[in-house]
Amino acid sequence: MSKRSVADLKIGERATIQSFGNQVMSLKLLEMGCLPGAEVCLCGKAPLGDPICLDVSGYCLALRKSEAATIFVD
Amino acid sequence: MSSPVIALVGNPNAGKSSLFNQLTGLRQKTGNFPGVTVDKKFGTWSIDAQTVATVVDLPGVYSIYPKSLDEQLVTDILANPDHTDYPDVAIVVVDASNLHRNLLLFTQVADLGVPVILALNMLDVAHKQAKEVNAVKLAMRLGVPVVRINARTGEGLDSLKKAVTSQIQEPTLPGKLFFDPADEAPGLIADTRQQYGLDNNYLALQYVIQHDGFTFLNRQQQIGLDALIDKYQFNEQTFQAGETITRYKRIAAIVAETMTNQRPIGQPTWSQKLDRVLLHPVWGYAIFGFILLLIFQAIFAWAQPFMDAIDAGVAWLNGQLKESMPAGPLTDLLTDGVLAGVGGILVFIPQIAFLFLLISLLEESGYMSRVMVIMDRIMRKFGLNGRSVVPLISGVACAVPAIMATRSIGTRRDRLITILVTPLMSCSARLPIYTILIALVVPSQRVLGVFNLQGLALMGLYLLGLASALLAAYVLKLFLRTKERSYFIMELPTFKLPRWNHVGLTVWESVRSFVWEAGRVILAISIILWVLASYGPGDAMDQAEARVRQQHPTLATDQLQNQIASERLEASYAGVFGHFIEPTIRPLGYDWKIGIALLSSFAAREVFVGTMATIYSIGDGADEEGVTVRERLQQERNPKTGGPMYTPALAWSLLIFYVFAMMCMSTLAATQRETKSWKWPGVQLLYMMSLAYLAAFATYQFLK
Repeated sequence: MSKRSVADLKIGERATIQSFGNQVMSLKLLEMGCLPGAEVCLCGKAPLGDPICLDVSGYCLALRKSEAATIFVD
Repeated sequence: MSSPVIALVGNPNAGKSSLFNQLTGLRQKTGNFPGVTVDKKFGTWSIDAQTVATVVDLPGVYSIYPKSLDEQLVTDILANPDHTDYPDVAIVVVDASNLHRNLLLFTQVADLGVPVILALNMLDVAHKQAKEVNAVKLAMRLGVPVVRINARTGEGLDSLKKAVTSQIQEPTLPGKLFFDPADEAPGLIADTRQQYGLDNNYLALQYVIQHDGFTFLNRQQQIGLDALIDKYQFNEQTFQAGETITRYKRIAAIVAETMTNQRPIGQPTWSQKLDRVLLHPVWGYAIFGFILLLIFQAIFAWAQPFMDAIDAGVAWLNGQLKESMPAGPLTDLLTDGVLAGVGGILVFIPQIAFLFLLISLLEESGYMSRVMVIMDRIMRKFGLNGRSVVPLISGVACAVPAIMATRSIGTRRDRLITILVTPLMSCSARLPIYTILIALVVPSQRVLGVFNLQGLALMGLYLLGLASALLAAYVLKLFLRTKERSYFIMELPTFKLPRWNHVGLTVWESVRSFVWEAGRVILAISIILWVLASYGPGDAMDQAEARVRQQHPTLATDQLQNQIASERLEASYAGVFGHFIEPTIRPLGYDWKIGIALLSSFAAREVFVGTMATIYSIGDGADEEGVTVRERLQQERNPKTGGPMYTPALAWSLLIFYVFAMMCMSTLAATQRETKSWKWPGVQLLYMMSLAYLAAFATYQFLK
């Protein structure tokens, strides 16, 4: 089974970040508080389903689905 | 009197700009950072009787590893003690409601060895979220002064003053680095320190990782650092990832000790509730569309009474001058040349003010970020980015700051495409032309009770600009290929009430620079034009007058004067010039008078109206009072057909021409500066002018 990523979450679903699928992207995401072990919650989606909004470490982070797909969760 | 430099550093939305406004009040200026064209905001702050500090507001960043060009600047300054803006003290503004993430940047700045003060902002927001921060504990754990402030109300500024004073007199630095790279890569750090004469381990690390972006290092030094990386087989990305994780771990421990968080998990804040509506599949776009419509209504309908008042004022002044001054060339120059030209600009102040008022309200409230989110998916299709929305919307005001705003776009290709298409957005300089021509051909009627038909026509032109910008972006996307991955990662700030003084400053700044920048060009061109239109080669103008008198001996004085004036203009230098280019613009429906205006407006579009004012008030002859350019154009007759000169076909052709035409030197200069090449302004000029010519040609031929 392929790894589940943040892009696969349903609205309101929580998950814990495990690892990243892309090194360059992970640098940007780490700085924004997407750390391994951090809990995230998919809090909303833009009208066309992309970008998505993530509740991470107490604030709202908007990112594209393709970027969210590099954040693997448990 | 000493004058230390104080830099404000912080995450976006942490309240830096609020603090900046609090400290500097109206004593602020904008300029460029030396060597780059990012807007630099600086102002003065009287700390005490002896000390007036220079406060520099740096771009908001999440870390000192830059993701975009404007972020690069922060590291470029903080890592270079020889920089003119290198601070004596850096005030790091942090959002207490998001302490965890905000402290990342703080620890990095502190590790660079800059004397820092932590300004704990937004404690009220944190309090509402049931979070309390113990500032004393935090100061002890971090080893630096921590000051509680409220940047919106100005609370805590006295303590900040004291902290800054003591940091200047006797800088206290944390005893040891928060993250010491020598723990992980001792050899590399030691070698770098020794070769580059550095005494800070973290600064040495920045030399290693960021040397390509550091403008203060020469080629030789950069190559030397590459060699060091090879020698130690150093992997920058892995190391940086490790650094971030380590920092966050230590921060988490500190936050756990200094902050209590009793916020129930999973309870949505009111920002999130609002987002459910604003990001809604249907309502999200509907609201955005409604707001855009509102902006156009404001520009066109609400600004009208103010514009009429200014118009009347200028006409009155013109009349007064003509009466009180002796008739002669000097009076003519002042009234028909200078006042006619400048008056044509002053009249657009209300529209520009309304536009910037609304745009700055959208930015201030936090709504603009939502627009970026809902537009990203659509923009991506065209090779743009959600972040391109701000340049495109700002382009409605002026392309020059809009092009500079593209610096926040991290991907090079997305940024280049945004720069190239932004001038297609109808800027405020086109407004004068649009307004006058629309008023000529579109009746002022109400539609559906609320909307003004002219307002809708105006909106149509703006939409045409937008559509062409998107289309051009799509075409450019096909030509510009790149391996670089486009990305969009952005914090959505919580909604806030706008800071009215901030909004006021933005409006004031934009109006002032519009009047000042545009006014000077227009003044100069008005004078040159007046001279060109008042004098001709040899005695051609006098001959023309004599000819008219001979041919029409029976004409009434008024009509005779008009005829004479018109023939004299045709014989003048300006007339000769206009006739010279007439063949090329004839297919678009233009005559030589419009030709003169087209030529002079190559410098800046807004010159068009000033030129028309100059040309037609000279052609007018008799000193009618209070006649606006629009009314004058309405009266203009086509010498061949005897009907009105400004037929709908001609007016629409001109309108369409100005929708597309690249008639702005400043924009080309901005593109050149931002892309650092002449190729892209060249491409821009060429494709936009061809588009303008062809579209205007098609419009005229179709409507004729």
